[in-house]
Amino acid sequence: MADSLPSDTFEAVVLPHLDAAHNLARWLMRDAASAEDVLQEAMLRALTYFPSFKGVNPRGWLLQIVRNTAYASMSLNRGVELVPMTNASDEPDDAVSRLPSSDDDPETSLIKTRERDRVRRMIAALPIELRETLVLRELEELSYKEIAEVTRMPIGTVMSRLWRARRLLAQAARRDEAA
Amino acid sequence: MPDCDKVLLVQAELDGELGAAEAAALAAHRAQCPICEAAAAELAQARALMRDDLYQPVPEDMRRRVLTALAAAQPPRPGPPAATSGSFGRWRGWWSNSASFGLGAACAAALAFLLLVPAMPPGLTEQIVAGHVRALQPGHLQDVASEDRHTVKPWFDGRLDFAPPVKDLAAAHFPLTGGRLDYLNGRPVAALVYQRDKHVIDLFVWPAAGDTPPQTAERQGYNIVHWSQGGMNFWAVSDLEVAQLEEFVADWRNAP
Repeated sequence: MADSLPSDTFEAVVLPHLDAAHNLARWLMRDAASAEDVLQEAMLRALTYFPSFKGVNPRGWLLQIVRNTAYASMSLNRGVELVPMTNASDEPDDAVSRLPSSDDDPETSLIKTRERDRVRRMIAALPIELRETLVLRELEELSYKEIAEVTRMPIGTVMSRLWRARRLLAQAARRDEAA
Repeated sequence: MPDCDKVLLVQAELDGELGAAEAAALAAHRAQCPICEAAAAELAQARALMRDDLYQPVPEDMRRRVLTALAAAQPPRPGPPAATSGSFGRWRGWWSNSASFGLGAACAAALAFLLLVPAMPPGLTEQIVAGHVRALQPGHLQDVASEDRHTVKPWFDGRLDFAPPVKDLAAAHFPLTGGRLDYLNGRPVAALVYQRDKHVIDLFVWPAAGDTPPQTAERQGYNIVHWSQGGMNFWAVSDLEVAQLEEFVADWRNAP
Protein backbone atom coordinates (compact mmCIF):
# COMPACT_ATOMS: atom_id res chain seq x y z
CA MET A 1 0.00 0.00 0.00
CA ALA A 2 2.71 2.42 0.97
CA ASP A 3 4.26 2.34 -2.48
CA SER A 4 0.99 3.03 -4.25
CA LEU A 5 0.80 6.72 -3.33
CA PRO A 6 -0.64 8.43 -6.38
CA SER A 7 2.17 10.51 -7.86
CA ASP A 8 1.01 10.22 -11.46
CA THR A 9 -2.53 11.48 -11.04
CA PHE A 10 -4.01 14.47 -12.84
CA GLU A 11 -4.02 16.28 -9.49
CA ALA A 12 -0.31 15.71 -8.94
CA VAL A 13 0.90 16.21 -12.52
CA VAL A 14 -1.33 18.83 -14.13
CA LEU A 15 -3.03 20.87 -11.41
CA PRO A 16 0.24 22.47 -10.18
CA HIS A 17 0.31 24.32 -13.54
CA LEU A 18 -3.12 25.89 -13.15
CA ASP A 19 -1.57 29.33 -12.56
CA ALA A 20 0.49 29.04 -15.74
CA ALA A 21 -2.61 27.96 -17.67
CA HIS A 22 -4.54 30.95 -16.37
CA ASN A 23 -1.69 33.37 -17.04
CA LEU A 24 -1.53 32.33 -20.69
CA ALA A 25 -5.32 32.28 -21.12
CA ARG A 26 -5.57 35.71 -19.53
CA TRP A 27 -2.95 37.20 -21.84
CA LEU A 28 -4.49 35.62 -24.94
CA MET A 29 -8.09 36.61 -24.23
CA ARG A 30 -9.32 40.13 -23.93
CA ASP A 31 -11.22 39.91 -20.66
CA ALA A 32 -11.32 37.92 -17.45
CA ALA A 33 -14.60 36.18 -18.29
CA SER A 34 -13.47 34.75 -21.63
CA ALA A 35 -10.13 33.78 -20.05
CA GLU A 36 -12.07 31.79 -17.44
CA ASP A 37 -14.13 30.10 -20.16
CA VAL A 38 -10.94 29.10 -21.96
CA LEU A 39 -9.33 27.92 -18.73
CA GLN A 40 -12.35 25.78 -17.79
CA GLU A 41 -12.56 24.25 -21.25
CA ALA A 42 -8.80 23.64 -21.44
CA MET A 43 -8.66 21.97 -18.02
CA LEU A 44 -11.55 19.67 -18.92
CA ARG A 45 -9.82 18.77 -22.18
CA ALA A 46 -6.61 18.13 -20.28
CA LEU A 47 -8.48 15.85 -17.89
CA THR A 48 -9.91 13.92 -20.85
CA TYR A 49 -6.58 13.59 -22.65
CA PHE A 50 -4.53 12.99 -19.51
CA PRO A 51 -4.63 9.17 -19.68
CA SER A 52 -2.77 9.36 -23.00
CA PHE A 53 -0.23 11.95 -21.79
CA LYS A 54 3.20 10.29 -21.78
CA GLY A 55 5.46 13.32 -21.94
CA VAL A 56 7.89 14.75 -19.45
CA ASN A 57 6.76 18.36 -19.71
CA PRO A 58 3.23 18.61 -18.33
CA ARG A 59 3.37 22.41 -18.21
CA GLY A 60 4.18 22.69 -21.91
CA TRP A 61 1.51 20.10 -22.68
CA LEU A 62 -1.10 22.03 -20.70
CA LEU A 63 -0.08 25.38 -22.20
CA GLN A 64 -0.47 23.88 -25.67
CA ILE A 65 -4.01 22.81 -24.80
CA VAL A 66 -4.77 26.27 -23.39
CA ARG A 67 -3.46 27.90 -26.55
CA ASN A 68 -5.46 25.60 -28.85
CA THR A 69 -8.59 26.21 -26.80
CA ALA A 70 -8.07 29.96 -26.86
CA TYR A 71 -7.55 30.03 -30.63
CA ALA A 72 -10.62 27.83 -31.18
CA SER A 73 -12.65 30.16 -28.99
CA MET A 74 -11.40 33.22 -30.87
CA SER A 75 -12.22 31.75 -34.27
CA LEU A 76 -15.75 31.07 -32.99
CA ASN A 77 -15.99 34.68 -31.87
CA ARG A 78 -14.43 36.13 -34.96
CA GLY A 79 -12.83 39.50 -34.52
CA VAL A 80 -12.42 39.28 -30.77
CA GLU A 81 -8.68 38.84 -31.03
CA LEU A 82 -8.36 42.07 -32.98
CA VAL A 83 -9.58 44.16 -30.09
CA PRO A 84 -6.76 44.90 -27.68
CA MET A 85 -7.39 45.28 -23.97
CA THR A 86 -7.30 49.06 -23.98
CA ASN A 87 -8.46 49.69 -20.47
CA ALA A 88 -7.29 47.42 -17.71
CA SER A 89 -9.47 49.24 -15.18
CA ASP A 90 -12.60 47.49 -16.53
CA GLU A 91 -11.34 44.37 -14.87
CA PRO A 92 -13.34 43.08 -11.93
CA ASP A 93 -10.14 41.91 -10.27
CA ASP A 94 -8.53 45.28 -10.66
CA ALA A 95 -9.90 46.69 -7.42
CA VAL A 96 -8.15 43.90 -5.54
CA SER A 97 -4.87 44.31 -7.37
CA ARG A 98 -4.95 47.99 -6.59
CA LEU A 99 -4.94 47.37 -2.86
CA PRO A 100 -1.64 48.54 -1.42
CA SER A 101 0.75 45.85 -0.32
CA SER A 102 1.92 46.16 3.23
CA ASP A 103 5.56 47.00 2.54
CA ASP A 104 4.86 50.05 0.41
CA ASP A 105 3.52 53.41 1.38
CA PRO A 106 0.28 54.17 -0.50
CA GLU A 107 1.93 56.56 -2.94
CA THR A 108 4.69 54.16 -4.00
CA SER A 109 2.19 51.39 -4.36
CA LEU A 110 -0.09 53.52 -6.53
CA ILE A 111 2.82 54.41 -8.80
CA LYS A 112 3.76 50.74 -9.09
CA THR A 113 0.21 49.77 -9.97
CA ARG A 114 -0.05 52.49 -12.61
CA GLU A 115 3.24 51.43 -14.11
CA ARG A 116 2.12 47.80 -14.23
CA ASP A 117 -1.19 48.72 -15.88
CA ARG A 118 0.66 50.86 -18.41
CA VAL A 119 2.93 47.95 -19.40
CA ARG A 120 -0.05 45.61 -19.41
CA ARG A 121 -1.82 47.79 -21.96
CA MET A 122 1.28 47.96 -24.14
CA ILE A 123 1.63 44.16 -24.15
CA ALA A 124 -2.08 43.70 -24.74
CA ALA A 125 -1.82 45.93 -27.80
CA LEU A 126 0.75 43.60 -29.43
CA PRO A 127 -0.50 41.25 -32.17
CA ILE A 128 -1.47 37.95 -30.58
CA GLU A 129 1.35 35.87 -32.13
CA LEU A 130 3.93 38.29 -30.73
CA ARG A 131 2.15 38.63 -27.40
CA GLU A 132 1.99 34.88 -26.77
CA THR A 133 5.66 34.43 -27.62
CA LEU A 134 6.65 37.26 -25.26
CA VAL A 135 4.46 35.97 -22.43
CA LEU A 136 5.74 32.40 -22.78
CA ARG A 137 9.35 33.61 -22.71
CA GLU A 138 9.27 36.40 -20.14
CA LEU A 139 6.49 35.36 -17.76
CA GLU A 140 6.45 31.58 -18.12
CA GLU A 141 10.21 31.55 -18.71
CA LEU A 142 10.04 28.80 -21.31
CA SER A 143 13.09 28.07 -23.46
CA TYR A 144 12.97 28.72 -27.22
CA LYS A 145 12.55 25.00 -27.76
CA GLU A 146 9.61 24.80 -25.36
CA ILE A 147 7.95 27.84 -26.95
CA ALA A 148 8.40 26.21 -30.36
CA GLU A 149 6.65 23.09 -29.04
CA VAL A 150 3.76 24.98 -27.45
CA THR A 151 3.16 27.20 -30.49
CA ARG A 152 4.16 24.57 -33.10
CA MET A 153 6.49 27.05 -34.79
CA PRO A 154 10.10 26.59 -35.90
CA ILE A 155 12.64 27.98 -33.42
CA GLY A 156 13.69 30.61 -35.97
CA THR A 157 10.12 31.94 -36.04
CA VAL A 158 10.04 32.00 -32.24
CA MET A 159 13.24 34.07 -32.21
CA SER A 160 12.08 36.60 -34.79
CA ARG A 161 8.65 36.96 -33.17
CA LEU A 162 10.26 37.52 -29.81
CA TRP A 163 12.52 40.14 -31.33
CA ARG A 164 9.59 41.97 -32.95
CA ALA A 165 7.56 41.80 -29.76
CA ARG A 166 10.36 43.31 -27.73
CA ARG A 167 11.12 46.02 -30.23
CA LEU A 168 7.46 47.05 -30.44
CA LEU A 169 7.28 47.07 -26.67
CA ALA A 170 10.37 49.24 -26.32
CA GLN A 171 9.05 51.60 -29.01
CA ALA A 172 5.67 51.84 -27.28
CA ALA A 173 7.40 52.67 -24.01
CA ARG A 174 9.41 55.43 -25.65
CA ARG A 175 6.28 56.88 -27.29
CA ASP A 176 4.47 56.69 -23.97
CA GLU A 177 7.23 58.59 -22.19
CA ALA A 178 7.38 61.24 -24.90
CA ALA A 179 3.64 61.81 -24.71
CA MET B 1 13.44 42.15 -39.57
CA PRO B 2 16.71 43.24 -38.02
CA ASP B 3 19.39 44.76 -40.24
CA CYS B 4 22.22 42.59 -38.97
CA ASP B 5 21.85 38.83 -39.01
CA LYS B 6 23.55 38.59 -35.63
CA VAL B 7 20.84 40.54 -33.82
CA LEU B 8 18.86 37.40 -33.01
CA LEU B 9 22.01 35.99 -31.43
CA VAL B 10 22.26 39.09 -29.24
CA GLN B 11 18.75 38.28 -28.12
CA ALA B 12 19.57 34.59 -27.65
CA GLU B 13 22.40 35.61 -25.35
CA LEU B 14 20.02 37.75 -23.30
CA ASP B 15 17.72 34.73 -23.02
CA GLY B 16 20.50 32.43 -21.89
CA GLU B 17 20.31 30.33 -25.06
CA LEU B 18 23.93 30.69 -26.18
CA GLY B 19 26.82 28.40 -25.31
CA ALA B 20 30.12 29.85 -24.11
CA ALA B 21 31.85 29.57 -27.51
CA GLU B 22 28.96 31.22 -29.35
CA ALA B 23 28.83 33.98 -26.74
CA ALA B 24 32.55 34.70 -27.14
CA ALA B 25 32.24 34.88 -30.93
CA LEU B 26 29.28 37.21 -30.55
CA ALA B 27 31.13 39.51 -28.15
CA ALA B 28 33.87 39.98 -30.78
CA HIS B 29 31.25 40.86 -33.38
CA ARG B 30 29.32 43.23 -31.12
CA ALA B 31 32.40 45.28 -30.36
CA GLN B 32 32.37 46.47 -33.98
CA CYS B 33 28.65 46.37 -34.89
CA PRO B 34 26.63 49.46 -33.90
CA ILE B 35 23.40 47.74 -35.02
CA CYS B 36 23.91 44.94 -32.52
CA GLU B 37 24.85 47.41 -29.79
CA ALA B 38 21.64 49.36 -30.40
CA ALA B 39 19.65 46.13 -30.46
CA ALA B 40 21.14 45.09 -27.13
CA ALA B 41 20.08 48.40 -25.61
CA GLU B 42 16.56 48.06 -26.98
CA LEU B 43 16.25 44.46 -25.74
CA ALA B 44 17.41 45.53 -22.30
CA GLN B 45 14.79 48.27 -22.32
CA ALA B 46 12.04 45.79 -23.22
CA ARG B 47 13.28 43.28 -20.65
CA ALA B 48 13.17 45.92 -17.90
CA LEU B 49 9.47 46.43 -18.57
CA MET B 50 8.63 42.77 -17.97
CA ARG B 51 8.27 42.76 -14.23
CA ASP B 52 7.04 39.87 -12.11
CA ASP B 53 3.78 41.60 -11.23
CA LEU B 54 2.61 41.18 -14.82
CA TYR B 55 2.14 37.48 -14.11
CA GLN B 56 -1.55 36.70 -13.68
CA PRO B 57 -2.06 33.66 -11.43
CA VAL B 58 -5.55 32.22 -11.24
CA PRO B 59 -7.73 34.17 -8.78
CA GLU B 60 -8.79 32.08 -5.78
CA ASP B 61 -12.51 32.08 -6.60
CA MET B 62 -11.82 31.05 -10.21
CA ARG B 63 -9.52 28.26 -9.01
CA ARG B 64 -12.37 26.90 -6.92
CA ARG B 65 -14.79 27.02 -9.83
CA VAL B 66 -12.32 25.18 -12.07
CA LEU B 67 -11.64 22.50 -9.45
CA THR B 68 -15.37 22.04 -8.93
CA ALA B 69 -15.93 21.56 -12.68
CA LEU B 70 -13.04 19.09 -12.81
CA ALA B 71 -14.38 17.14 -9.85
CA ALA B 72 -17.77 16.86 -11.55
CA ALA B 73 -16.11 15.59 -14.74
CA GLN B 74 -13.64 13.21 -13.06
CA PRO B 75 -14.01 9.82 -14.72
CA PRO B 76 -14.05 6.76 -12.49
CA ARG B 77 -10.59 5.22 -12.70
CA PRO B 78 -9.88 1.50 -12.78
CA GLY B 79 -7.59 -0.38 -10.42
CA PRO B 80 -7.22 -0.03 -6.66
CA PRO B 81 -4.34 2.49 -6.46
CA ALA B 82 -5.96 5.09 -8.63
CA ALA B 83 -9.55 4.44 -7.59
CA THR B 84 -10.90 7.52 -5.86
CA SER B 85 -14.25 9.07 -6.48
CA GLY B 86 -15.66 6.13 -8.39
CA SER B 87 -15.09 3.44 -5.83
CA PHE B 88 -15.81 5.86 -3.04
CA GLY B 89 -19.19 6.67 -4.49
CA ARG B 90 -20.06 2.97 -4.69
CA TRP B 91 -18.83 2.47 -1.18
CA ARG B 92 -21.03 5.25 0.12
CA GLY B 93 -23.95 3.73 -1.73
CA TRP B 94 -23.37 0.45 0.11
CA TRP B 95 -23.64 2.25 3.37
CA SER B 96 -26.92 3.94 2.71
CA ASN B 97 -28.30 0.58 1.55
CA SER B 98 -27.16 -1.28 4.60
CA ALA B 99 -28.61 1.44 6.82
CA SER B 100 -32.01 1.21 5.18
CA PHE B 101 -32.30 -2.55 5.59
CA GLY B 102 -33.45 -2.04 9.17
CA LEU B 103 -31.69 -5.17 10.39
CA GLY B 104 -31.53 -6.16 14.03
CA ALA B 105 -28.67 -4.66 16.01
CA ALA B 106 -26.58 -7.81 16.31
CA CYS B 107 -27.07 -8.67 12.68
CA ALA B 108 -26.23 -5.12 11.65
CA ALA B 109 -23.08 -5.17 13.72
CA ALA B 110 -21.98 -8.42 12.08
CA LEU B 111 -22.78 -7.08 8.64
CA ALA B 112 -21.02 -3.83 9.46
CA PHE B 113 -17.93 -5.76 10.42
CA LEU B 114 -17.96 -7.67 7.17
CA LEU B 115 -18.41 -4.47 5.23
CA LEU B 116 -15.88 -2.55 7.26
CA VAL B 117 -12.86 -4.71 6.79
CA PRO B 118 -12.41 -3.94 3.08
CA ALA B 119 -14.41 -0.76 3.31
CA MET B 120 -11.83 2.02 3.52
CA PRO B 121 -11.32 3.04 -0.08
CA PRO B 122 -7.61 2.52 -0.68
CA GLY B 123 -7.07 5.43 -3.07
CA LEU B 124 -8.68 7.88 -0.71
CA THR B 125 -6.80 6.66 2.34
CA GLU B 126 -3.53 7.27 0.50
CA GLN B 127 -4.72 10.70 -0.55
CA ILE B 128 -5.51 11.54 3.07
CA VAL B 129 -2.00 10.58 4.19
CA ALA B 130 -0.45 12.40 1.22
CA GLY B 131 -2.49 15.51 2.09
CA HIS B 132 -1.33 15.33 5.69
CA VAL B 133 2.33 14.84 4.76
CA ARG B 134 2.14 17.69 2.25
CA ALA B 135 0.67 19.96 4.90
CA LEU B 136 3.52 19.16 7.29
CA GLN B 137 5.99 20.84 4.93
CA PRO B 138 6.97 24.27 6.26
CA GLY B 139 4.39 26.95 5.59
CA HIS B 140 1.69 24.59 4.32
CA LEU B 141 -0.09 23.56 7.48
CA GLN B 142 -2.68 26.29 7.86
CA ASP B 143 -4.19 29.16 5.92
CA VAL B 144 -5.81 30.55 9.06
CA ALA B 145 -3.90 30.20 12.34
CA SER B 146 -6.09 30.59 15.40
CA GLU B 147 -7.05 28.71 18.55
CA ASP B 148 -10.46 30.34 18.41
CA ARG B 149 -13.10 28.35 16.57
CA HIS B 150 -15.05 31.61 16.12
CA THR B 151 -12.16 32.76 13.93
CA VAL B 152 -11.53 29.48 12.13
CA LYS B 153 -15.14 28.65 11.25
CA PRO B 154 -16.02 31.98 9.57
CA TRP B 155 -12.75 31.81 7.62
CA PHE B 156 -14.24 28.96 5.56
CA ASP B 157 -17.31 31.07 4.64
CA GLY B 158 -17.28 31.65 0.90
CA ARG B 159 -14.26 29.41 0.46
CA LEU B 160 -16.28 26.19 0.49
CA ASP B 161 -19.78 25.27 -0.56
CA PHE B 162 -20.48 23.94 2.93
CA ALA B 163 -19.88 25.07 6.51
CA PRO B 164 -17.62 22.59 8.33
CA PRO B 165 -18.28 22.10 12.05
CA VAL B 166 -15.38 23.43 14.11
CA LYS B 167 -15.08 22.30 17.73
CA ASP B 168 -12.88 23.49 20.55
CA LEU B 169 -11.19 20.50 22.19
CA ALA B 170 -8.68 22.42 24.30
CA ALA B 171 -10.32 21.09 27.49
CA ALA B 172 -9.60 17.58 26.24
CA HIS B 173 -5.95 18.60 25.58
CA PHE B 174 -6.38 18.66 21.81
CA PRO B 175 -6.09 22.41 21.16
CA LEU B 176 -7.23 23.75 17.79
CA THR B 177 -4.40 25.56 15.99
CA GLY B 178 -6.03 26.56 12.70
CA GLY B 179 -7.44 25.43 9.38
CA ARG B 180 -6.82 25.39 5.66
CA LEU B 181 -8.42 24.46 2.37
CA ASP B 182 -7.36 21.17 0.87
CA TYR B 183 -8.33 19.18 -2.20
CA LEU B 184 -9.26 15.54 -1.77
CA ASN B 185 -11.38 12.89 -3.39
CA GLY B 186 -11.96 15.24 -6.30
CA ARG B 187 -13.32 18.16 -4.32
CA PRO B 188 -12.30 21.08 -2.08
CA VAL B 189 -12.47 20.10 1.60
CA ALA B 190 -11.90 21.73 4.97
CA ALA B 191 -8.83 20.69 6.95
CA LEU B 192 -8.90 21.51 10.66
CA VAL B 193 -5.60 21.35 12.48
CA TYR B 194 -5.39 20.16 16.08
CA GLN B 195 -2.46 19.34 18.26
CA ARG B 196 -1.52 16.94 21.05
CA ASP B 197 1.89 17.80 22.51
CA LYS B 198 4.17 17.98 19.44
CA HIS B 199 1.89 15.88 17.25
CA VAL B 200 -0.24 17.44 14.54
CA ILE B 201 -3.70 16.07 13.81
CA ASP B 202 -5.36 16.92 10.51
CA LEU B 203 -9.13 16.53 10.44
CA PHE B 204 -10.48 16.57 6.88
CA VAL B 205 -14.18 17.38 6.58
CA TRP B 206 -16.61 17.37 3.68
CA PRO B 207 -20.33 16.68 3.25
CA ALA B 208 -21.61 13.11 2.99
CA ALA B 209 -24.86 11.36 3.74
CA GLY B 210 -25.21 8.71 6.42
CA ASP B 211 -23.69 7.88 9.77
CA THR B 212 -20.81 5.44 10.07
CA PRO B 213 -18.91 4.50 13.21
CA PRO B 214 -15.17 5.23 13.37
CA GLN B 215 -12.87 2.86 11.50
CA THR B 216 -9.15 2.82 11.98
CA ALA B 217 -6.39 2.22 9.46
CA GLU B 218 -2.65 2.64 9.30
CA ARG B 219 -0.51 3.75 6.33
CA GLN B 220 3.21 4.53 6.28
CA GLY B 221 3.32 4.94 10.05
CA TYR B 222 0.35 7.32 10.16
CA ASN B 223 -2.88 6.42 11.88
CA ILE B 224 -6.16 7.28 10.22
CA VAL B 225 -9.66 7.26 11.67
CA HIS B 226 -12.68 7.74 9.46
CA TRP B 227 -16.31 8.26 10.39
CA SER B 228 -19.46 10.11 9.26
CA GLN B 229 -21.95 11.98 11.34
CA GLY B 230 -24.35 14.90 10.99
CA GLY B 231 -24.10 14.97 7.18
CA MET B 232 -20.31 15.20 7.17
CA ASN B 233 -17.46 12.85 6.38
CA PHE B 234 -14.50 13.01 8.78
CA TRP B 235 -10.97 11.74 8.29
CA ALA B 236 -8.51 12.25 11.13
CA VAL B 237 -4.85 11.54 10.40
CA SER B 238 -1.81 11.88 12.63
CA ASP B 239 1.39 10.25 13.77
CA LEU B 240 -0.17 9.99 17.23
CA GLU B 241 -0.52 6.58 18.86
CA VAL B 242 -3.68 4.96 17.60
CA ALA B 243 -5.24 4.98 21.09
CA GLN B 244 -4.71 8.70 21.40
CA LEU B 245 -6.11 9.39 17.95
CA GLU B 246 -9.18 7.32 18.83
CA GLU B 247 -9.46 9.36 22.01
CA PHE B 248 -9.40 12.52 19.88
CA VAL B 249 -12.15 11.12 17.68
CA ALA B 250 -14.29 10.13 20.67
CA ASP B 251 -13.83 13.61 22.18
CA TRP B 252 -14.73 15.24 18.88
CA ARG B 253 -17.86 13.14 18.46
CA ASN B 254 -19.02 13.86 22.00
CA ALA B 255 -18.17 17.54 22.07
CA PRO B 256 -21.09 19.96 21.70
